Amino acid sequence: MDPKTLRYAATHEWAARDGDTVTVGITKFAVEQLTDVTHVELPTVGRPVTAGQPFGEVESVKSVNDLYSPVTGEIIAVNDALATDPSLVTNDPLTGGWMIKIKLKPGTTLDHLMTLDAYDKQIALEGH
Amino acid sequence: MSALHTPLYDWHVARGARMTEFGGWEMPVVYTSVVAEHQAVRTGAGLFDISHMGRLSFAGDEAQALIDRVFTNDVAGMKDFQARYGLICNDRGGVQDDVLVYRWPYGWAMVVNAANRTKIVGVLEAERGTRKVQIMDQTTLTGMLALQGPKAIEMTCGLFDVDPATLKYYHAAATRSRGLQCVVSRTGYTGEDGVEVMIGGAHVAALADEFVSRGAVSCGLGARDTLRLEAGMPLYGHELTEEIDPLQAGLGWAVQLDKESFIGRDALLRRRDESARPRRVGLVLEGTRSAREGCRILLDGKAVGKVTSGAPAPTVGKPVAMAYVEPQAAAAGTKVAIDVRGKAESAKVVPLPFYKRPRPPVH
Repeated sequence: MDPKTLRYAATHEWAARDGDTVTVGITKFAVEQLTDVTHVELPTVGRPVTAGQPFGEVESVKSVNDLYSPVTGEIIAVNDALATDPSLVTNDPLTGGWMIKIKLKPGTTLDHLMTLDAYDKQIALEGH
Repeated sequence: MSALHTPLYDWHVARGARMTEFGGWEMPVVYTSVVAEHQAVRTGAGLFDISHMGRLSFAGDEAQALIDRVFTNDVAGMKDFQARYGLICNDRGGVQDDVLVYRWPYGWAMVVNAANRTKIVGVLEAERGTRKVQIMDQTTLTGMLALQGPKAIEMTCGLFDVDPATLKYYHAAATRSRGLQCVVSRTGYTGEDGVEVMIGGAHVAALADEFVSRGAVSCGLGARDTLRLEAGMPLYGHELTEEIDPLQAGLGWAVQLDKESFIGRDALLRRRDESARPRRVGLVLEGTRSAREGCRILLDGKAVGKVTSGAPAPTVGKPVAMAYVEPQAAAAGTKVAIDVRGKAESAKVVPLPFYKRPRPPVH
């Protein structure tokens, strides 16, 4: 994934749109904050999700954090590989570490999400 | 009040550590990876800044009597240069702090937890009464490093006038490092062999640099927590509080009830017979989700206790936790469920520690 083509939530998820399908994962910055990802808890296919609402959790040695859906729609795929190898998120958050695919609810968009430039500004403020 | 800085604050920041407030001090949580730092201590050597720990020294004819009065463990039987773990209790038998006491030919010293330093100095001042004792809090004048791991001792080779390899476990030396006065003890909080060094604040960074140049990996509080958790060591504020007594915490070995008198002794004699109170246990989880502090523990659907610390344990390879549970759930092998954020996870009670180093140091 090219970071420039992605859209970002303030809660550090990325969203990649392809037609009405949106792939979701967490950013490199989020991974750096978590350091070692030890478990990813994901929902089942078919579940509805709402922009800004939790869809799962990511756990590191130190903490557990909720994962927030950047968009509204229905889950159509889940990255099952993360159940056995959560290090995919640590090592490759934008590609192999993707988490869910969402079928975008008709009439909703990604317009509320940030561009890479805006997201970079946010994380600069969060302390790097 | 803003957090205090150890003499290594700039050193941590320059090395990219993520800093957090802990016990009133600004401390490094992690430099690169908690797991990598943890493994460095299990397989090589890790360096920790523990300058936040309170360092108190005692002089005067009645220093021993004062320490004996507040400390749960035996004091009179300590030999010079020996260090001993024990508790300072309140008069209800609850734990005010867990501390190390050092005996010197010329006096005594005590290392206390950062968050409890002011409280413990207050306890000591109140108990001093008319006893002839000077209590000196040297915390902010000095620094303290822990070098821990199977390669720690060889890494100190030639650095101290007294070779740490000659120190017995839980013994200390007042010595010099390149001409500078310091104290080295064969103690630690990781389950590994190693040393802890106290030295003047101005000289801590040079010593830290020396250890790193010899191959030590700088480690943050994140790894310190997973290491002590695997080693089954309690952390004040989690496994130990003013409400928990050392007997239910499994620390009866550090409490000498046959000592004439110490704060909390009468309460502990009473509590000893209250067999229904919860006790500290180890738990290993079957899945990959970790139980964290506050998670409820269920036996046959009934709540029987709470988790006090929990994390994925890098060396064990599974999530582990320490918890207080009612006696019917405390036997090793008991299968329980833990409510981890609304979803039950299966776990089993196991004896502590979760991890024991392969070879203890030679005595």
